[in-house]
Amino acid sequence: MADPRRSPGALASGRLPRALHPVAWWIWAIGLATAASRTTNPLLLGLIIAVAAFVVSERRSDAPWARGFRGYLIAGLVIVVLRVVYRILFGGDYGDHVLITLPEIPLPDWAVGVSIGGAITLESVLAAAYDGLRLATLIICIGAANVLADPRRLLRSVPSALYELGATLVVAVSVAPQLVESVGRVRRARRLRGGSGRGIRASIGILIPVLEDALHRSLALAAAMDARGYGRSAHVPAKTRRLTGGLVIGGLIGICVGAYGVLDETVAPILGLPMLLAGAAAAIAGFAIGGRRLDRTTYRPDPWTVTETVVAATGVAAAVLMIAAGLADPASLQPSLVPLTWPGLAPLATLGILIAGLPAWLAPPVRLPTEIALARRAPSVPGARP
Amino acid sequence: MIRFERVTITYAEATEPVLRDVDLEIDEGELCLVIGPTGSGKSTLLGAMNGLVPHFTGGTLLGTVTVDGRDTRTHPPRELADVVGYVGQDPLAGFVTDAVEEELAYSMEHLALDPPVMRKRVEEILDLLGLAHLRDRPLRTLSGGERQRVAIGAALTAHPRVLVLDEPTSALDPTAAEEVVAAITRLVHDLGMTVVLAEHRLERVIQHADRVVRIGPAGAVVIGAPAEVLATVSDVPPIVGLARLAGWQPVPLSIRDARRSAPRLRERLLDASGGVEPRRATAEPPAPAASAVLDATGITVTYGAVVAVRDVDLRLAAGAVAAVMGRNGSGKSSLLWAIQGTGPRLRGTVHVAGQDPAALVPADARRLVGLVPQDADDLLYRETVEAECRQADRESGAPDGTCRSLLDRLVDGVPDAAHPRDLSEGQRLALVLAIQLVADPKVVLLDEPTRGLDYAAKRHLATILRDLARRGHAVLLSTHDVEFVATVADRVLVMADGDIVADGPAADVLVASPSFAPQVARILAPGRWLTVDDVAQALAPAPVATRVAT
Repeated sequence: MADPRRSPGALASGRLPRALHPVAWWIWAIGLATAASRTTNPLLLGLIIAVAAFVVSERRSDAPWARGFRGYLIAGLVIVVLRVVYRILFGGDYGDHVLITLPEIPLPDWAVGVSIGGAITLESVLAAAYDGLRLATLIICIGAANVLADPRRLLRSVPSALYELGATLVVAVSVAPQLVESVGRVRRARRLRGGSGRGIRASIGILIPVLEDALHRSLALAAAMDARGYGRSAHVPAKTRRLTGGLVIGGLIGICVGAYGVLDETVAPILGLPMLLAGAAAAIAGFAIGGRRLDRTTYRPDPWTVTETVVAATGVAAAVLMIAAGLADPASLQPSLVPLTWPGLAPLATLGILIAGLPAWLAPPVRLPTEIALARRAPSVPGARP
Repeated sequence: MIRFERVTITYAEATEPVLRDVDLEIDEGELCLVIGPTGSGKSTLLGAMNGLVPHFTGGTLLGTVTVDGRDTRTHPPRELADVVGYVGQDPLAGFVTDAVEEELAYSMEHLALDPPVMRKRVEEILDLLGLAHLRDRPLRTLSGGERQRVAIGAALTAHPRVLVLDEPTSALDPTAAEEVVAAITRLVHDLGMTVVLAEHRLERVIQHADRVVRIGPAGAVVIGAPAEVLATVSDVPPIVGLARLAGWQPVPLSIRDARRSAPRLRERLLDASGGVEPRRATAEPPAPAASAVLDATGITVTYGAVVAVRDVDLRLAAGAVAAVMGRNGSGKSSLLWAIQGTGPRLRGTVHVAGQDPAALVPADARRLVGLVPQDADDLLYRETVEAECRQADRESGAPDGTCRSLLDRLVDGVPDAAHPRDLSEGQRLALVLAIQLVADPKVVLLDEPTRGLDYAAKRHLATILRDLARRGHAVLLSTHDVEFVATVADRVLVMADGDIVADGPAADVLVASPSFAPQVARILAPGRWLTVDDVAQALAPAPVATRVAT
């Protein structure tokens, strides 16, 4: 009864199991990541990780690409640990709560300002941990997007002017595991010839068959793509192609410079918002011209519905509320270390993060493969009830 | 539908054309089979039908090829995608996406069909080829037969008028091959599709072919009715060989037709053998002195939660050839690799001459057990055959020239300066086998050695394996090739789901099995004959016997 995936109410409200548009998940995740980048408050960062993990656990599918979230969590942990260890080794003696004093290694005069060992203070360790946690949170947010949205479907929704780039990426993504498999196979084969599979000589023996294999595969793939109509209607005048390319690349450069200008207040104002807008306009124009020339359709395109807008909006809300909280009370987002204070939960920021947790319910449930779905339904068949 | 007019194709850097003066016309709704030895130009002929030759492969094409009125000179493959569906040799290498449904839709996306049309066609093709239950599956998790059917489906969604298939069943076990052949004949009979396919294993498809194109020496091409064309060929499927031996006219191409002609032959055989069960020369029990060379007990191989080989016991005697059969994924390869010691083994022991190869360093393990893997090319990494041979001698500490003389014993005339990848499939296999034999292993294992070999190469391989057995090696091979097993094996093991489900003399195991019975056994059942040679031997003394009797 409590399972919303089975209750008729969930279906009646239009939330049939389906995959959410991948772009919606990415906007959500980038919003959450933006929020994380604005604070070093460990409570807020912890909350962001918790919210991301909760949404992932509720709305990820059983597909192979959806199983990697644990890896991102581990990567985050490693970052925090490295940051702290680094700080302990290379000193950090501001503040006055000394935890332990390591023997200091004397360094020559030219290494002025660098020290190894010495007093380790609580303040410096905490600063390192906070900083590491922020980076870890960013990575976990991006990881969540990767796990929730099928990366291939994301590539399918790139503007058609970037289609070739998308196709290249798709092929590259599928080649990587093949290469790994190929290396494993050839290494085993090398052992059959009595080789140990180690050392430079052995590497050459492995590299050549693997490269030959990769070349063979890529030729076979190219032949198959050609035979199946890839690049069929690419009769584009060189002039249009150059115009599109110029607009897209120029636009993207403009966006990068503009984003930098907006974030860095020391840069001339003209490089800020105006540059960002001009860049965006050029890129969109490039996409529009490029998109018009391509005669291609998409199979089962992902729809963009109200649900997508809502999910994306929750992520944006987290970012906006975090920024607002920072403007209202900067200290609440950057807890003071000297003097040491206990971090608090800034109400506005907390609200924003909690809103970003709503997709756990708002996003449509994941579509299960038919066989599994039928097997799960079996006990609820009336006759089968105990 | 497809017309070749005085077509001559020469690849760059080749002195001789692959195909010479080809005049062909393939009609609508025809199933046309292309045959010829390895390297004779079958793939070239197929590639020319959708413009891959020469647009993609390079080389020069003289003459004209037209498909549905379109000249391939002016239409590159992509412009023919809506007329010709092309499925290459290795379907996995040709997959662009990684899920079944998207793969099916790929060509349609490039033909710019409307999404509703695409959706409808995908559903139709899923039903037509029995793929509906696989629609969400990643392509890499499919079995060989399923992959092949997805590749065919992906070509069909564009509603081409011609389907071109390059060796669609060569990597498949007999049952999966039948699935694919059934799907193809259904396309021809129900939809009137024109199908052109190349295949080495004629016995699998010949009965469905309307016409046969034979590529002969020097690129000459003959087209005609199957029986007519086969009459000019020396390497024929067993059913035709048997028909020649027995003088059946017209030559039957299906088991059903052959059985109708067979009663007289069966009687003759019964007379010739004097009512005694035929006993094959090769099925003699191994000499009593030859004890087990290889003694494996309780072999278990697992990959994560999957049990590939479950508690298998296996003894191999010197001087005998054993074959492991079974569907794709039944654990054959895992068993061979586990015995050799290089592959994973969870439990179990292997003893060869009192030692376990898995406990030795690789260089010593291969002196006990030599394995020729499925992708034999992986073993080769030098520039020339000569360098490869020298490398092999060095690796094994053998005197110079050992590998070369072994190679010469296996096949004639492999040039020293040739690049190993330029050799024919049969020569390359012989080279790898020679490299492994330099270490003089007691046990020789071969994983799918007949893949890509034509009849002549297979016959030669059979001689090589029998010779190895005679020299005191124990030979174990895994294969799908029923006819090859019938010619070479003394003993057959059948694996299913990691277990050995049958183990016995070849005749006992093969004749009893519906999917593994060779053609001769099917035709002459309940007689226990496996190959045309067996029958010929049994009949040979018969005329003498009758003369004495009269």
